[in-house]
Amino acid sequence: MRARSHEPIVWSLFGAGGVFAALLGTMLVLIIGILVPMGLGFGPDAMHYDSLRSLFGHPLPALGLAVVISLFLFHGAHRIYHTLHDLGIPASKKMMLACYGSAAAGSGVALLLAGMLVVF
Amino acid sequence: MSQTRTIMIECLRYDPEQDQAPHYRTYEVPFTDEMSVLEGLQYIKDHLDGSLTFRWSCRMAICGSCGCMVNHQPILSCQSFLRDYYPARIRVEPLEHFPIVKDLVIDQSDFLGKLESVTPYLVPAQPLTPEDGPNLQTPRQIEDYLGYAQCINCLLCYAACPQYGLNNAFTGPAALALLARYNADSRDAGQKTRMEVVNAEEGVWGCTLVGLCSEVCPKHVDPARAINRNKINSTQDYFLRFLAPFGRGS
Repeated sequence: MRARSHEPIVWSLFGAGGVFAALLGTMLVLIIGILVPMGLGFGPDAMHYDSLRSLFGHPLPALGLAVVISLFLFHGAHRIYHTLHDLGIPASKKMMLACYGSAAAGSGVALLLAGMLVVF
Repeated sequence: MSQTRTIMIECLRYDPEQDQAPHYRTYEVPFTDEMSVLEGLQYIKDHLDGSLTFRWSCRMAICGSCGCMVNHQPILSCQSFLRDYYPARIRVEPLEHFPIVKDLVIDQSDFLGKLESVTPYLVPAQPLTPEDGPNLQTPRQIEDYLGYAQCINCLLCYAACPQYGLNNAFTGPAALALLARYNADSRDAGQKTRMEVVNAEEGVWGCTLVGLCSEVCPKHVDPARAINRNKINSTQDYFLRFLAPFGRGS
């Protein structure tokens, strides 16, 4: 009997992060990097601190932001973990902890900050 | 009639009963435009050194016997032409990641064991007899697995796979592509028996999607696609067993 791999847990986070990075990431670059600075389709205050602050003061957008950041982090952590393995640095518990641990810590911070945006 | 030129072929030689370690020997081989690397090796064996040992059979990329490394790339020697390397010399070595039996001949036992482990044959839902008649399929149903069924077990993908090179416990590209081939066949009901191999760390999870297996495959099987599609199945199986612990798996 072969032991079942537990990789599906991190792989599904990696996959979700990849989908978000591909779909949301490009959209964000388009909006923040091109459309808003060129004044195309968005008002001059679209990226203003106050408008963004009030948007992310609501629980749902704040939670959404934290989740997206967390999935991006897990996507990156998983890719780094396997790329290091490809480069001949053997996969170990320590490496796993360093990669996924930092993603988990980053997710915790994102959630905390999102909570603070809502509360304060 | 094409003109004859001469190319230098540097061959890895190793006879475990005689040699301490593998070494290289260079041969001057006259060739014409239509000569393959395999024909170059045959010229060496017939005219220069009868002790050179290599596998070959069909000469037309069907049998999968003549795989070797040419200039560090896994190729079928019958499918590569000397004219494409000339005027540089070429280096011919046995397929990487496998033990050498002699010269260019590798020991395939590890792969054959892995192939056997994926149940590489149709497992019918009910035992069938000739009286049941032909097991018909639509063209669409054939299409589902035909690409994966082109595998000729030449092992170029194993020589290309860095994961297999790092840890040969990995089931590997060809065996996992054939696993996907039988799972995708409408006449097969053996998915459950193959799931244990899919779900293991040495199964689809040993792959990091480098994708070189698909690039070197002479039959365009695309093992990387087969493996990574099965990651989705394995992930579903992983989580759904908690939702439906009874009746799934055995």
